Formats: sequence, C-alpha cells, structure tokens
Amino acid sequence: MQLVIWRSKIHSPEVEKIIELSGQNVYSCYQCGMCTASCPSTGNMDIPPNMIVRLIQIGMIGKVLDSRSIWVCTSCFTCFAECPKGIDIASLTEALRLYHLRRNIDHLNLSSIPHGELLELPVIAMVGALRKFTA
Amino acid sequence: MVYAYYPGCTLKTHAKGFELSAMASLEKLGVKYRELEKWTCCGTVYSLASDDAMRQVAQVRILTRAESAGYRRMLTLCSMCYNTLKRANMLVRSDPERLETINMFMDDEPDYKGSVEVKHLLEVLRDEVTFDKIRSMVSKPLRGLRISAYYGCLLLRPKTVSIDSSINPHVMEDLLSSLGAEPIDSPEKAKCCGAYLTVNRKDLVAGFAYEILSAARRRGAELVVTSCPLCFFNLDRRQEEVSRMYEDYKPIPILYVTQLLALALGIRDVYMFNLHYVDPTSLLKSKGLL
Repeated sequence: MQLVIWRSKIHSPEVEKIIELSGQNVYSCYQCGMCTASCPSTGNMDIPPNMIVRLIQIGMIGKVLDSRSIWVCTSCFTCFAECPKGIDIASLTEALRLYHLRRNIDHLNLSSIPHGELLELPVIAMVGALRKFTA
Repeated sequence: MVYAYYPGCTLKTHAKGFELSAMASLEKLGVKYRELEKWTCCGTVYSLASDDAMRQVAQVRILTRAESAGYRRMLTLCSMCYNTLKRANMLVRSDPERLETINMFMDDEPDYKGSVEVKHLLEVLRDEVTFDKIRSMVSKPLRGLRISAYYGCLLLRPKTVSIDSSINPHVMEDLLSSLGAEPIDSPEKAKCCGAYLTVNRKDLVAGFAYEILSAARRRGAELVVTSCPLCFFNLDRRQEEVSRMYEDYKPIPILYVTQLLALALGIRDVYMFNLHYVDPTSLLKSKGLL
C-alpha cells in the first residue's frame, strides 16, 4: 500500500483540534500495540487503536474520522490502563466522535430501532447512547 | 456520619432489586444513609472532552445539593453514577477555574465548595463496615455456591477513580468469601460488556456477553454477580440473543452482589427476581437459600 504523507497536513487544524479536545499527546506513542492487544472491541474495528494514534501522528485524520472504530469504542479505558506512555485513547475517540457530533451529524437515530426494543431498554442505556452518539 | 444516598435513574426502575437489597443490607449492617432530596440525572457518561464544562453541570449540581444539605459523603450503587460523580468531583477540586465557570452557570444553586466525598457501596462495605464484621453477621452462609464476580469498567477505570486494581480486582471476591460462597476467578471479569452499544449494536453486546459468561461457566461458576445496572442488563437480557447465536449455550443467572449479601444476612422480600430475564430462583432454592 502506498501512503503519501503531506508535511502541510501533519499539523492541520483538524489534527490540532482533536489534540486540544482530547488533551492527549499523540506524539509520545511509540507503537507498542498494548492498546490494540487489550481492547475488547479490536475485532469489530476497521482501524485498530494503535493505528488510530499513528494516523493522527502523520496527519491522516480523514481516514480516522471516517472509521467505524470510533463508534464501537465504549470508553472502557482498558487501553489507557495498559498504555506505557499514559495516552488516554478513549479521550481521543471521544474527540473524533465530537468532530462529527458538533457539526450536528448524529450517529444514532432512535426511530430506526423497533419500538418494542426501545421500551425494554433501561434508562441508563438510552441516556448513555444519546449522549455519546447524538449532537 | 450519614451518607447522602444518590440512587440514579435505573435503580428506581429496572434495578429496583439492587436498590432494595442494598438498602436493607445497609440498615442491617448499621450504615446510616438518607436519600438525597431533589436528585437529578448524573449524565451517565463522563464527558472526555477538555472543553465540555456544560456536561459537568449535572454532576456538580448533585454534589452541591448534597453539600448544602450538610452531607460530606455521598453513597452510590451504580458504577456509572459512581464514575461520573467521582470524576467530575476530582476535576472541579483540581481546577478552580472550571469550578467557578460551573458555579456561575448554576445561579439557582449554592456554589459548590468541593467538600463532598463520592463513595461506591463496595468501598463502604470493605473500608467502613469491613468484611470481617459482615462475616460475623451472616445468618445463611452461601455454602457451596460457585460465583464469578464481574466488575466491568467504570468501578475500575480510569485508575484515578478505581475502587480496586484496574486490571485484576478482588473486592467482590473478598465479599463473596465472607458470605461463605466460593468465588470463581475469570480472566473476563474486568472486560467491557458493551455498555450503551446495547441500544444500536446488540449483536456486539451479545458477543461480549457470550465471552464473559461462557468464560465464567467454563471455570465452574453457577451464577455471575455484578454491581452495575447496565452490565446487568447486557449480561442478563442479552442472553436471549446469545442463545439464538449459539445453539449449545446454557443460560446462567445474573445477580446484583447486594442480592447475595441480603440473602446471606437473612433478609426477605427485597429481591425482585421477576425483573430478571434468567430466573435465579431454582438455583437459589436448590442451595436452600430461598
């Protein structure tokens, strides 16, 4: 696979915004892979956690913003507990989700879920999902 | 000192058996608490964005209501309530500027000064009541009951708010031992249950439930206990989907850890087992506990 890295994109406004929102220093990552090895959702992701960090480091933020991974991360903080550099990747994926949500683009549409299913869900699940997946 | 008891939404509905069994047990153990007046939603999930003061208002409002009512300690049962309240409390205690912003926004409430400690029930049982005292008060030991404790995420992570080890906790096993039960260790005990993905990705949540529950079953567990209403729903209710996905799957009952505590303390009629998808009554009867 050919990857073209643009010097001008490494510190693009989008990258800066994600770093500011998450409060994480992605440049301290040296790609040990503990996040991906410990993440319970890696199998459901198109881009694993360590690659998310790498792609942000080299300014390829578009790939990360379009990935399915940011919507299957449940902020369980296992990656953060394992990271030897103390990077909280859950805060990174939160910032990536917010990039969409703050543009009023919802990820969750409750009307697509059968009414009977909604009725049996506990409040805690509904509030959690709405806060994480809607603007 | 009296605790301000903060229930949170699900303790009053789906997890009523959790609340009733916890409250009856605390009364028996001599822990004083009063339900906080005018409590509101905790926000469920702590905002991880550095600029999101708006999403910390709910937690600080709850804390300031407890503070102005004279409480110094707040008791939570739900892992998500515990995590959001504890993290917001830590944030505003360490960031006076953020606290001032939130206080100014809540002009209908007294300013929060940061004097309230947020505690989870398991911490209170371990550190204040002590498991030795609980052991001495057990009237119906859970003898011969093999139980796998499931912690999930938010009691343990991030490390700054953990009630025990972030990766390999044992507080629930210690409690279960003091009740006379046989705790069964499982490598999946601190793994995520899928949380709110149960709304839009129940297929993924059923997959997590299968891995967590079959790991417990393989090690000989007869039931699984938890202390989070969302973990409970995902492990209990999603067994319907698990049974459809895996033909040879055998359902396993899920209980709140306080339901077992109340059983061992000889308390009656606080269980609400009718709210459980997998009925635990035949297992508990076979052990002479019901």
